[in-house]
Amino acid sequence: MSDQDSVISCHNLWKVFGPGRMPDLGPATTAEELRASGHIAAVRNVSLSIKRGEMLVVMGLSGSGKSTLVRCFARLLDATSGAVMVEGRDIGAMTEPELIDLRRRKMGMVFQSFGLLPHRTALENVAFPLEMRGQDRNSRIARATEMLSLVGLKGREGYFPHELSGGQQQRVGIARSLAVEPDIWFLDEPFSALDPLIRREMQDEFLRLKAMVAKTIVFITHDFDEAIRLADRIAIMKDGAVEQCDTPERIVMAPATEYVAKFTSAIDRARVVRAGALARPARGQSVEGGALPAQATLHEIARQVVSDPRPHLPVTAADGGLLGLMDRAEALDIILGPAA
Amino acid sequence: MTVVSLHAAPAAFDQRRTAQALLLLAALLTVGRNVLPDQLARLPEAMVIPFAHWINAVFAFLRDDLGLMSLTRAFSDMVEFCLDVTANLLYGKARWPRVGPIPWVVIAATAATVGHALGGRRLAVLAGGTFVWIALMGQWQWAMETLSVIVVAAPFSVLLGLALGTLAWRFRAAERVLNPLLNIAQSLPHFAYMIPVVVFIGVGPKAGAIVTIIFSVPPMIRLTLLGLRSVPPEIIESGKMSGATRWQLMTRVRLPAARTELLIGVNQVIMQSLAMVVLASFIGMPGLGQKLLQLLQALKIGLSFEIGLTIVLLAILLDRMSKAWAYRQPVHHAQGAAWVRRHPHLVVWLGLTAVGFALAALHPFFAEIERKQALSLAGPIDAGVDALLTVIAPVAEWLRWFLITWVLIPLRDAFLWLPTTAVLVFVAAIGWRVGGRRSALVCLGFVLPIALSGWWDRAMITVYMVTVSVVLALLIGVPLGLVAAARPQRAARMLLLCDTMQTFPSFIYLIPVIMLFGVNDVAVIAAVVVFATVPILRYTIEGLRGVPPELVEAAEMSGASRGQMLRHVKLPLAVPTLLVGANQSIMFSLFMVIIAAFIGTQDLGQEMQRALSSADVGKGLVLGFAVAFIGLLADHVLLTWSRGRVALLSSRAT
Repeated sequence: MSDQDSVISCHNLWKVFGPGRMPDLGPATTAEELRASGHIAAVRNVSLSIKRGEMLVVMGLSGSGKSTLVRCFARLLDATSGAVMVEGRDIGAMTEPELIDLRRRKMGMVFQSFGLLPHRTALENVAFPLEMRGQDRNSRIARATEMLSLVGLKGREGYFPHELSGGQQQRVGIARSLAVEPDIWFLDEPFSALDPLIRREMQDEFLRLKAMVAKTIVFITHDFDEAIRLADRIAIMKDGAVEQCDTPERIVMAPATEYVAKFTSAIDRARVVRAGALARPARGQSVEGGALPAQATLHEIARQVVSDPRPHLPVTAADGGLLGLMDRAEALDIILGPAA
Repeated sequence: MTVVSLHAAPAAFDQRRTAQALLLLAALLTVGRNVLPDQLARLPEAMVIPFAHWINAVFAFLRDDLGLMSLTRAFSDMVEFCLDVTANLLYGKARWPRVGPIPWVVIAATAATVGHALGGRRLAVLAGGTFVWIALMGQWQWAMETLSVIVVAAPFSVLLGLALGTLAWRFRAAERVLNPLLNIAQSLPHFAYMIPVVVFIGVGPKAGAIVTIIFSVPPMIRLTLLGLRSVPPEIIESGKMSGATRWQLMTRVRLPAARTELLIGVNQVIMQSLAMVVLASFIGMPGLGQKLLQLLQALKIGLSFEIGLTIVLLAILLDRMSKAWAYRQPVHHAQGAAWVRRHPHLVVWLGLTAVGFALAALHPFFAEIERKQALSLAGPIDAGVDALLTVIAPVAEWLRWFLITWVLIPLRDAFLWLPTTAVLVFVAAIGWRVGGRRSALVCLGFVLPIALSGWWDRAMITVYMVTVSVVLALLIGVPLGLVAAARPQRAARMLLLCDTMQTFPSFIYLIPVIMLFGVNDVAVIAAVVVFATVPILRYTIEGLRGVPPELVEAAEMSGASRGQMLRHVKLPLAVPTLLVGANQSIMFSLFMVIIAAFIGTQDLGQEMQRALSSADVGKGLVLGFAVAFIGLLADHVLLTWSRGRVALLSSRAT
């Protein structure tokens, strides 16, 4: 993929925290070498590229550097070495007014602990980015009211953050991040501070919004289920480095490293793997009877796979044409676990 | 853990051994006092450094050659203009804008409305009641003189503190310069501030206002810095991602998000202002403080009791109001509510004010209460006090005699008898014990200048009075704290009492002790003891309550009795907090001993009063620094010790 069709990309990105002069950083620099000089590498030699309209989920345990990475993308932190390109421009070389202009027009961000201004009402919080760019009062109130009703907070415009529940506060945070109609949407563990029931509800809400707004999205989470539910691609980070960046299916089916394999071992594959991934070219074999849609996960078509006795099941693509045949035994292994 | 202790053990051992050796040396010097050469008992006159002379020269240079006088005059003229405005409004001084005085009913109604807006009905009653009491007791003029200064000085201090605090937050260098200055400023006694002000500004309300501004700035600087630092990073990041410029980030994100800390700063400024305004009577500041000073000197107990009560009421009121403001959370209004509904307090206030002015126009009683119309409790109070005194006089008399003859005079003589060198070595030993060589040097750095300043004997008297008071305060405060902390409700009540007593200006504590003991050392010590008991009591309760409940439960399940629980679990864990309390107790005592000078002591405070009346900046500041260094020495020792304990406890816990 070239830089032209990517919205955000980074090359050999490093972010090192520590006192005094930074050490020389090369691809071969290890965390141990840095630790010896009193430095900690939060992001280690990361190269990524995110396409327009794509949703990349960055995941890893706490301290793996995922929050630091996204803060480098938004230049809330300056990279120690390497470059971050946003829409073809080096964000590290921008002047302060350019950066502010970029954030006012192109970027929105949602924070783990919401980051709402305690002295402003929900409406004033949502209108805050519009106020910053000097939009007039009437139009920003109109826009903020619209955004609040979009996230389901109609009637709560005058409430202060401390008067809202956690889920409601994060809805305000989401509305604020979308108020300027950004092209790029950063979400830093947006649902981690919420309890599980609300989290599920907010994920559904998020998917609904995502379908409506069509943006390039960088989503951070430490919850693998959440990642699989939402992602186009997943980047798994460990100790500041990206271990693997791929589609959810490939991460589950073909883990690049032992760490990724361990990470995904507890996952129910049937919920991740889609029928299309198991389809092999038909090579003249007979294809008759009921076919399976390529987009469905094995979990969704499990009943059909179990009850259909044919050794090879046809899989059809979204346009109705035959994609290939699925080996039933292989599919059953994934659904039921390998035979003992 | 093992590695750490292996390395730490020899260091701690050395520290203890060196400290013991130094203590032994100090003991030898003391025992050998009589055979010691005179130079070791007291530093020879030739070694006294003329600090006062130098300071005076610097001040003369600043005033005469550098033209600082015109600068201070410009500033003080601005303050004076504001003072004239408030003086006209509050008590009708004949100055621009010439509309005052505002009738007392209007001011009382305003206070009640503000009280209700901030803290509901109870605060409204307190606010309205305070002003009605002041008016009915015929103290309106004095109270308004005092308030007119606070109303001007507090905003000046807040703005100044905000500016300096922001500067310190923005530039590391500014913080590094300000921090030690603030440490010294907060341990300089009140009088040390007054003397330079007298030189530059003169005496009167203007000088009172300026000394109040200077005195109350430090807490605002600290809390501004604290507030700006403690804004959650995500809030700042959300501001940045919203495209805020630096200025927008400061004015619309950082400062509003630091609101609570900033308003606590305002609360501190107001309380410090009140304390200072009362004391500024020593430099000709009219108002409640001056009246109280005159009445106390004339031993008019009943009348001074009335004024004391007014000051106490004002202190509680100002404290509660500003705290309520700080902790207030905004509340939304129903959608589409009418203007009147959204501003109920403004509407009520406008109504009350109109009624107030109408009443004042109808009958002069509601505009101003003449002194002869005023009520007074002085008669009954005096009678009551006389009756009480006849009952307890024998006891008080005996106590006074006993304390003076058998405790105070022998102790004072002992402190004065100590050779200077022995004290220096002793202080170094204490420093070495708590923090090694560095602390020993820091401690010496605080004591040596006092020895070299030529005020050693006076300083020793101050130290003796503080020592006696703090020991007594510990003997009273710690057991009281233990009793209070036993039950949560009792602890909460006691803490509220401590909070309230800490808002009183120190001056107030002198009224009851003069009533009981008359004007002498015992009265001073008694006032200081009461004043110093409050922090120790407070920190004892907080230290005991801060013990983690699971530790208490673990000890209970191990079958610890209540005594064992206290000895082996609660007290050891509460020690760091207790030390902080003791530190504050020493600070409070120092300030109080100095203030009490006007009822006759022989310590640094007495000399400071003389410096004040002769406007001797050099002498005044040298004495002020001597007091500050005593305080900073105690502060360093106790806080280093407390930190050491905390480190020890937490390293054991992991």
